[in-house]
Amino acid sequence: MIAQILFLILLGVSAFFFARRIGEIRRNIKLGRDIDRSDNSSERWKTMFMVAIGQSKMVKRPIAGILHILVYVGFILINIEVLEIIIDGLFGTHRVFATLGAGAIYDFLIGCFEILAFLVLVACVIFLVRRNVINIKRFHSKEMTKWPKSDANIILVTEVLLMFALLSMNATDAILQERAATMMASGQEVSETLSHYIEAGSFPVSAWLVPLYDGMSVDALMTTERFMWWFHIIGILGFLVYVPYSKHFHIFLAFPNTYYSKLLPKGELPNMEAVTNEVKLMLDPNADPFAAPAPDPDAAPIKFGAKDVQDLTWKQLFDSYTCTECGRCTSVCPANQTGKLLSPRKIMMDTRDRLDEVGKGLENGAPKDDGKSLLRDYISEEELWACTTCNACVEACPVNIDPVSIIIDLRRHLIMEESKSPESITAMFNNVENNGAPWAFPAADRGKWIEELNS
Amino acid sequence: MSEYIKVPTMAEMMASGEVPEVLFWVGCSGSFDDRAKKITKAIVKILHRAGVKYAVLGAEESCTGDPAKRAGNEFLFQMQAMQNIMVLNGYGVKRIVTGCPHCFNIMKNEYPELGGNYEVLHHTQFINELIKDGKLQITDGKSFKGKRITFHDPCYLGRANDVYEAPREALQTLDAELVEMRRCKSKGLCCGAGGAQMFKEAEPGNKEVNVERTEDALETKANVIATGCPFCNTMMTDGVKNFEKEGSVEVKDIAELIAEAGDLL
Repeated sequence: MIAQILFLILLGVSAFFFARRIGEIRRNIKLGRDIDRSDNSSERWKTMFMVAIGQSKMVKRPIAGILHILVYVGFILINIEVLEIIIDGLFGTHRVFATLGAGAIYDFLIGCFEILAFLVLVACVIFLVRRNVINIKRFHSKEMTKWPKSDANIILVTEVLLMFALLSMNATDAILQERAATMMASGQEVSETLSHYIEAGSFPVSAWLVPLYDGMSVDALMTTERFMWWFHIIGILGFLVYVPYSKHFHIFLAFPNTYYSKLLPKGELPNMEAVTNEVKLMLDPNADPFAAPAPDPDAAPIKFGAKDVQDLTWKQLFDSYTCTECGRCTSVCPANQTGKLLSPRKIMMDTRDRLDEVGKGLENGAPKDDGKSLLRDYISEEELWACTTCNACVEACPVNIDPVSIIIDLRRHLIMEESKSPESITAMFNNVENNGAPWAFPAADRGKWIEELNS
Repeated sequence: MSEYIKVPTMAEMMASGEVPEVLFWVGCSGSFDDRAKKITKAIVKILHRAGVKYAVLGAEESCTGDPAKRAGNEFLFQMQAMQNIMVLNGYGVKRIVTGCPHCFNIMKNEYPELGGNYEVLHHTQFINELIKDGKLQITDGKSFKGKRITFHDPCYLGRANDVYEAPREALQTLDAELVEMRRCKSKGLCCGAGGAQMFKEAEPGNKEVNVERTEDALETKANVIATGCPFCNTMMTDGVKNFEKEGSVEVKDIAELIAEAGDLL
C-alpha cells in the first residue's frame, strides 16, 4: 500500500513538473508573431508522416539514421510495457497484462520489447562512442561544449541505464518465476510475495543476464527485482521531467514541427505585406500623400525584420525548441565548412536560449526590455552576413527546421531599421536603386550585348 | 558561323503588333558581365536556331530585386519587383525564360503575390524542352565524345525549386560522359555567391567557398564543369584558376555547350 501511495505521488509530481514546463514553452512560443500554417492539412499530414513518423530525412545518413530508428521504435513500443508498469504501480499488481489472458501474445510482446531494449542499448552505446571517442566534426563545434555536450551524454547514459534496469528486472523476474514454479511443483509452501511471480513473458535477451543473478537467494532476488523496477520507472519519470529542458524535447515536438513545415518551394521567401502597402503608395502617381489616415496612436509601430525573439514568428520559435542539435545543418553549411563563424545550429540554439531567457524574465516580473536582444547579444552581424541562403541547412534538417528564415529576418532588421550593412552591400543597394543593376553600369547599356552579337 | 541575328525587343514587337511566345529575361549579369554576356549570346543563338518567337526587354529590363531581398532590403526588392511587373504586365507577358536561376526563383515564386503571374522557366528547362520537342537539333557542331562533364547544381534551381533533371537531360544530348560530384543535386554545395555574397567580400574564414566547391568538381576528373547560373560560372571559373587548371578544365554554361554542339557560336 505504501508503495502504491509513493508511486502515485511520484507520478503526480513528475506530471506536474512536466506540465509546468510545457506551459512555459507554450507561453514562450506564443510570444512570436502570428503566421498562418493551418492551410493544406492533407499535405501537412503527409509531410509529418514522411519526415517525422517515417524518418525519411534521418536515413539520408544511413548509420546515424538506422541507429536512430532503433531508438525511436524502441522508445515508442517499450511504452506499452511502461504502461503496464504504471498500472502495476498504481494498483499493486504484477505484470497485469499477463493476467488479461492470451499468454502467448504477452510472451511475444515481452520478447519483442527485450530485443528492442537490447537494440536501443547497443545504439546508445554506439552513439556515445560516436560523440565521445570517434572524432565526428559536427559533435565538436564551438557551440557543442559545456551544457549541450553534457545534455547529449546525460540522455544517452540514462537510456543505457534504463534499458539495463529493464533487462535486469526481467532477468530476476524470470529466475523468481522459475523458483516459485519449482517450489510449487515439489509441494513446498510459497510465500505470498513470491507467488506474485507468475510464469509470464519470454526473455530472449535477459536470459543472458541470468547467470549474473542466479546465485542470489530468493529474498535478494526479490529486492533486486524491485530495485530495478523502481529504478526503471523513476528513471523514466525523471526523463519525462528532464526532456522539456533538453534538446531531447524533439521526441515530442518533431511531429507538430514537421506538420507546420513551410510547404512552399525552399527558395520562396514570403513577401512582407507591410512593405507592399507602403511601396504601392510610393509608386502610385495618384496617391495623395496627405490623404493617408491619421496613424492610430494605440497601434504598435510596424517593425521590419527581427531584432529579438518576439519579432520572429511562432513557427521559428517552435523550430528552436524542436532542434536537437544534431548539427547536420552546420556540417553542410558552405560558410561553416570554410571556417566562417556562421553555424545554422547555433542560430537555432541561440534563438531557443534567448527565448528561454525572455520567458524567465517574464516570470520574474522583470521589465519587458532587459537591454538584450537576439541580434548582437547572441547572434553577431558577422554570422548573418556569412550566409549564402543556399538552403543546404534546411534540406539537411531531419525535422524541417528553417534557420535561413531567421537569418533573413535579422538581416531585414539590420537593413530596414538600422540601415546597417557592409559597405559593399550598401553600394549594391545604391546601384540597384539608381541603375537597376547591382553594379554601377548605366541602364542604357543593358542592350549593349545585342550590338556585340553580330559584330 | 555568323548568321545575322536580330534580337527583337518587346517594344519593337508591340509596335509591329506581334506577340512573342516567350520573353527572354536576360538578367543583370547576362547584360553587363563580359563572361555572362557570352552565355546570353549562346541562349539567343539557340532561341534563333530553334525558331522560337522571342523578345527581350532591352533597356526596359531592371534588376529583379533578388540581391536586395536576400540582403534584407525588402523595400528595394518590392520597388524593383513592382516596376518590373508593371512593364511585364503592360506587354501582356505570359511566359518568361530566364538566363539566371536567381531571376527564375524570384519571378516564379515571389512575383505572383505582387501581381506578376507568369510561367517562368530557367533556360536549361527551356532548352531541354526545345530538344525534346525536336525543335533544336545539335548534331552538326563540336563533338563532346570522350569528354567528361560534371554539372554544378545552382542552389536556386536545385534545392530552391527542385529542378535537377532538366539541365542533366540537356547535357545528356551531348554524347559526353556525365559524371556527378560527391555532393550533387539536393546535396550540392553552394558556389559561394548566393544571398548577395556575390557583391561583398566573404567573411573571415580559412577557405573560399568556391575553392571548396571546385575541389569537388576537379575530383571527378571532368574536362568541363557545366553551370546554369552566371554567378556560379564566375565562382567556378575563379576556383579553377585558383588551382591553375584553366588549361585543362573549362567552365561553361549548359547553353554554351549546347550552342557549341550545334555549331551556333
